[in-house]
Amino acid sequence: MAKAAAKKSAAAAPSVERRPALAGQELSATGVTLAVLPPAERISLRAPDASVAALSKALGVTLPQKPKTSAAKAGRTALWLGPDEWLVIDEVGKVPLADCAEVTVLHSAVVISHRNVAISVTGPAAAATINSGCPQDLSLDAFPVGAASRTILGKVEIVLLRTASDAFRVECWRSFSDYVFTFLSEAARDAAA
Amino acid sequence: MIAAFRIPGAGRLRQAETASFSFDGHSYAGVEGDTLASALLANGVHLIGRSFKYHRPRGFLSAGAEEPNALVEIKRDSARKTPNVRATVQELYDGLAAQSQNRWPSLSFDVSALGDIASPLLSAGFYYKTFMWPKSAWKNFYEPKIRAAAGLGVAPDQADPDHYSARFAHCDVLVLGGGAAGIAAALAAAETGVRVILVDEQAEFGGSLHFESGAKIDRQDGFAWAQSAVAKLKTMDNVRVLSRTTAFGYYAQNFVGLVERVSDHLQNPGRDLPRERLWQVRAKRVVLATGAIERHMVFADNDRPGIMLASAARTYLNHYGVTVGRNVGVYTANDSAYAAAIDLKKAGVGVAAIVDLRDNPTGPVIEEARALGIEVNFGRAVIRAGGKLRVSSMTVQPKNGGGERTIPVDAILMSAGWTPSVHLFSQSRGKVAFNDETKRFVPGAYAQDCVSVGACNGTDGLSATIDEAYAAGAKAAKDVGANAKGNKPKVDASENWSRGMLGAAPGAGADTTVKAFVDFQNDVTAKDIRQAVHEGMRSIEHVKRFTTNGMATDQGKTSNMHGLAIAAETLGKPIPQVGLTTFRAPYTPVTFGSIVGHARGPLFDPTRKTAIHPWAERQGAVFEDVGQWKRAWYFPKAGEDMHAAVDRECVTVRKTAGLFDASTLGKIEVVGPDAAKFMELLYTNPWEKLEPGRCRYGIMLREDGFIYDDGVVGRLAPDRFHVTTTTGGAPRVMNHMEDYLQTEFPHLNVWLTSITEQWAVIAVQGPKSRDIIAPLVEGIDMSDEALPHMSVREGRICGVPTRLFRMSFTGERGFEVNVPADYGQAVWEALWAEGQKHGACAYGTEAMHVLRAEKGYIIVGQDTDGTVTPNDAGLDWAVGKKKTDFVGIRGMVRPDLVANGRKQLVGLKTKDPKVVLEEGAQIVGDSKQAIPMTMIGHVTSSYWSENCGRSIALALVAGGRDRMGETLYVPMPNATIEVEVTGMVFFDEKGERLNG
Amino acid sequence: MLLIRCPYCEEERPELEFRNAGEAHIARSANMAGESDDDFEKFFFIRSNPKGIIYERWRHMHGCARFFNAVRDTVSDRFLLTYKAGEPKPAKLPGASK
Repeated sequence: MAKAAAKKSAAAAPSVERRPALAGQELSATGVTLAVLPPAERISLRAPDASVAALSKALGVTLPQKPKTSAAKAGRTALWLGPDEWLVIDEVGKVPLADCAEVTVLHSAVVISHRNVAISVTGPAAAATINSGCPQDLSLDAFPVGAASRTILGKVEIVLLRTASDAFRVECWRSFSDYVFTFLSEAARDAAA
Repeated sequence: MIAAFRIPGAGRLRQAETASFSFDGHSYAGVEGDTLASALLANGVHLIGRSFKYHRPRGFLSAGAEEPNALVEIKRDSARKTPNVRATVQELYDGLAAQSQNRWPSLSFDVSALGDIASPLLSAGFYYKTFMWPKSAWKNFYEPKIRAAAGLGVAPDQADPDHYSARFAHCDVLVLGGGAAGIAAALAAAETGVRVILVDEQAEFGGSLHFESGAKIDRQDGFAWAQSAVAKLKTMDNVRVLSRTTAFGYYAQNFVGLVERVSDHLQNPGRDLPRERLWQVRAKRVVLATGAIERHMVFADNDRPGIMLASAARTYLNHYGVTVGRNVGVYTANDSAYAAAIDLKKAGVGVAAIVDLRDNPTGPVIEEARALGIEVNFGRAVIRAGGKLRVSSMTVQPKNGGGERTIPVDAILMSAGWTPSVHLFSQSRGKVAFNDETKRFVPGAYAQDCVSVGACNGTDGLSATIDEAYAAGAKAAKDVGANAKGNKPKVDASENWSRGMLGAAPGAGADTTVKAFVDFQNDVTAKDIRQAVHEGMRSIEHVKRFTTNGMATDQGKTSNMHGLAIAAETLGKPIPQVGLTTFRAPYTPVTFGSIVGHARGPLFDPTRKTAIHPWAERQGAVFEDVGQWKRAWYFPKAGEDMHAAVDRECVTVRKTAGLFDASTLGKIEVVGPDAAKFMELLYTNPWEKLEPGRCRYGIMLREDGFIYDDGVVGRLAPDRFHVTTTTGGAPRVMNHMEDYLQTEFPHLNVWLTSITEQWAVIAVQGPKSRDIIAPLVEGIDMSDEALPHMSVREGRICGVPTRLFRMSFTGERGFEVNVPADYGQAVWEALWAEGQKHGACAYGTEAMHVLRAEKGYIIVGQDTDGTVTPNDAGLDWAVGKKKTDFVGIRGMVRPDLVANGRKQLVGLKTKDPKVVLEEGAQIVGDSKQAIPMTMIGHVTSSYWSENCGRSIALALVAGGRDRMGETLYVPMPNATIEVEVTGMVFFDEKGERLNG
Repeated sequence: MLLIRCPYCEEERPELEFRNAGEAHIARSANMAGESDDDFEKFFFIRSNPKGIIYERWRHMHGCARFFNAVRDTVSDRFLLTYKAGEPKPAKLPGASK
């Protein structure tokens, strides 16, 4: 299904420039570094339990079914966001939407590559930086490496993924990225405390 | 040079390290580690402020956060002025500048102190009684005068240049209070490895160990033990130690608010340092170790500077090395004041006499005092203090009457006993219980996973306190799954105190002219409390509000129990029956800055900008706020005002073409085999038969039948719809759709994804629109046959994937080009370059509004207001007549919604075409009727239309569609405007230009 | 700030992630168009607003985004139970105050 929206990109390359939000912005503070990550391919994937196996196979990554978890393989990460919802991020330029287009089991795959902006927060004060506006417990026990969750940062919604004990990926909608980066920058000034 | 009242070698401060500071313009020398209070006392300064109501001279009552009197303004620079700072808490730094408050012209001569003489007018409840007549005088005279005369500090008048940070934190065991109990509890919990946060409001941990010279723990002086224990805790990875941090609020499920004062004590705080840091802590267990607060004695003129709590004098001596006088008197009903007298005597300070209200107290401190040669009097009361700007004497009398004796003193140390600090426990919704034997309210029934230990729990004695606290810390850790393995601190020596008294001592007298203060900050006397009862107040809550006892910044930390006892005595009821007022957050005042935290300036609220925003900015667009979005409002050329720019934009669109950034429109992708079924249920329109590649204008209702949202919906595939919503409605429409999908129609196989921000949307509208777009498009036949009005195709533009809609919100031939957001600006620029060849313009939201109004297209939320049905809006054609269900199908046929005379959306033309109506203006049928007139509707949209050469308006008018051609009136302040009711389409009524 | 157990995320999460969505267990009629005025009034306008136990809907808006049901005591503000949308009203409540 969903062929209409999933034409393989055989056509000509864009003749105009891609201008990602906040491209290349970085900030370093004591104990933490922020960096806006390069564009990635993304889909919002929705499917019932019965479709998970077939979709996992097509995507090459096993869709996690446990809350607040993620799975990653070969540059592609699937984040559990809800009981029938995953955010699939591909950082190596492969197109998950195309992979899903061949799958006939019940599902919805919608491309959101440009909807989201990703910011990496790394360093020993990374969790403290995020906890400046995120009410979740980000200790390694409560939010281990690989944990993923939609949550709040200040006044906006983010998706949070812990990529290492001292590294997070923060995803937010494009128009909120300025707010999120500014918020994290403010928080970073004080995170080593 | 050492200050006059600093005792060489006494206290813990390094007396050589001096800091200079000023108070009311006078320079003084202090010592590093001083508070402003201790530094002033070292210089012999007791007079620190004027009282709230009577402007009586006041000194320091305490050495801590409970201080009601010593409120000053600290000024760093013109913007950094902090009023109502407790001098007993403010740490000294070199260059600190403080000013007294609430006095004029000077602290020692204050004109308003006449209020003290006129005080019969200002007694309890004076607000409610004295100034009631004549009525207007309250507003015009009394209130402004009272406000000017009374009150505390003055709020700063500039924006706060400091920044404030915030942190959410989680822990297993949160220990509130860093005295002996809190430290012991933290040690016990920390040693098990669980996550511990230990908090204390003071600069250094130790609590009462600051002054308890008799305490020895683990073979160390008590205070030294506290420092070494805290140093150990700081080295542990699982422990966070927060000093200068006040737990100000205890909320549901062990959620505790802390404010950490990060830089107020520093001379030159680094720019990156926040002033304060708000901690919002979620703890699995909370240990309350908040200690106890000493009470004063209630007797006549007990507020004279130099009269203070005995423990405060001890703290100034034993910690700061400062004596509060040379010849001190002691008035007590409690042993702990003896320790103060003993410490002072041993330090070489004269102790004139100890006056003990108790008849025959016994104990080691009494023996020791006598052994040191201090005069001790039992069964006697201090009935009044002498002196004005400084206490000069105390007058003593046997408590049951008899001869008076006046003893010269320069300070009086008081202790009526200790009040457990149950504030946070009470905030946690725990219920306090009155212990009749000890006359204390102590924690009773707990409401949350917390435990009180030590003095705040009514536990007396250091050994018992440490036993209890250590066990509680270990149990808290065990409760969260960890077992203790540490060593309990061993108490080698401690001080033991007996209980004391509540209420007014004999010195408070029945004499109504006597001022025996219960609440210093609010100038409430024992007499006021009695008067409140005599005037009919029965509940302590009423007494509190009538007298203001326990209000304001100190929240009655020293006064509540005395006030309660006096009320109970006057009522002839036992204390528990009178009850305790509720403790509310904050425990001590909290700055607005710490609550606001990062949420100021650019972080006050997110500002959302489209991908095309930078281009519009470069073009000099003026922006308007639409929700959180910045939208280009109009694009003025040099010399153009808004009116001229909008007129030009409107004309250009209809003449050639215009480009419009429509990216903020909400967009939702509806995908799944049941997508059409779902759309049938959520929109009034039929969808099953809409062909893929075609679009339809959809209306969404709430269940009550009123219009909720609208937008163009394109069917991309049998199982895929691209739904658009209004800009402002996007989040709530998504929520509304998810709600029905998840809870009412969960059987449908369909999913919703917000794609608002995936796609930048460039509307190209006008007769030349196709000519502008076509050269850049690949893979889409742009002919009218292949791509008629209201259709959608997927293809490429500028090599970028696009969803190309043929649709119009202007009435002209029009397109909306959706491209992935990161390409939005570049594709816009390419279209702009093409558009320039045809003379196209960029237009903003104002022109968009005018153009759509010329065509009678409604804007939900402007022309509708949540009480408008599709029929009211003239949109019956968009309601599927054969449908058996959709949200709102039943609501919209409720009797009132189908009755005659409802307000209907119509057009209005002013009789004078140059007059533009005001949006929101009311409409009447008869301009000659008497006021108040019967209003039959209001203007919803109104513009100057350059294309029509006249003003145009839309309005909701009762029975509007039956009034076509009728003349109605819009009464305005200066004139009544005549209008004619018309249809809603003002331009190209036949709609020929859609294919023009 | 309350902690609310999301039955889909299977853990307690901070209230900031949630949004209240009104009273629960008010079924929308399968024959909506045929409802009488009285029945529609009951369905749409009338709410129990009790002092004590309330059954209400919440959405884990900024979490898993699921709607679910909760039993809360409006006196103590305590959540007694949360359960998935579509599940029946629980027969027994743990620790109800009345």
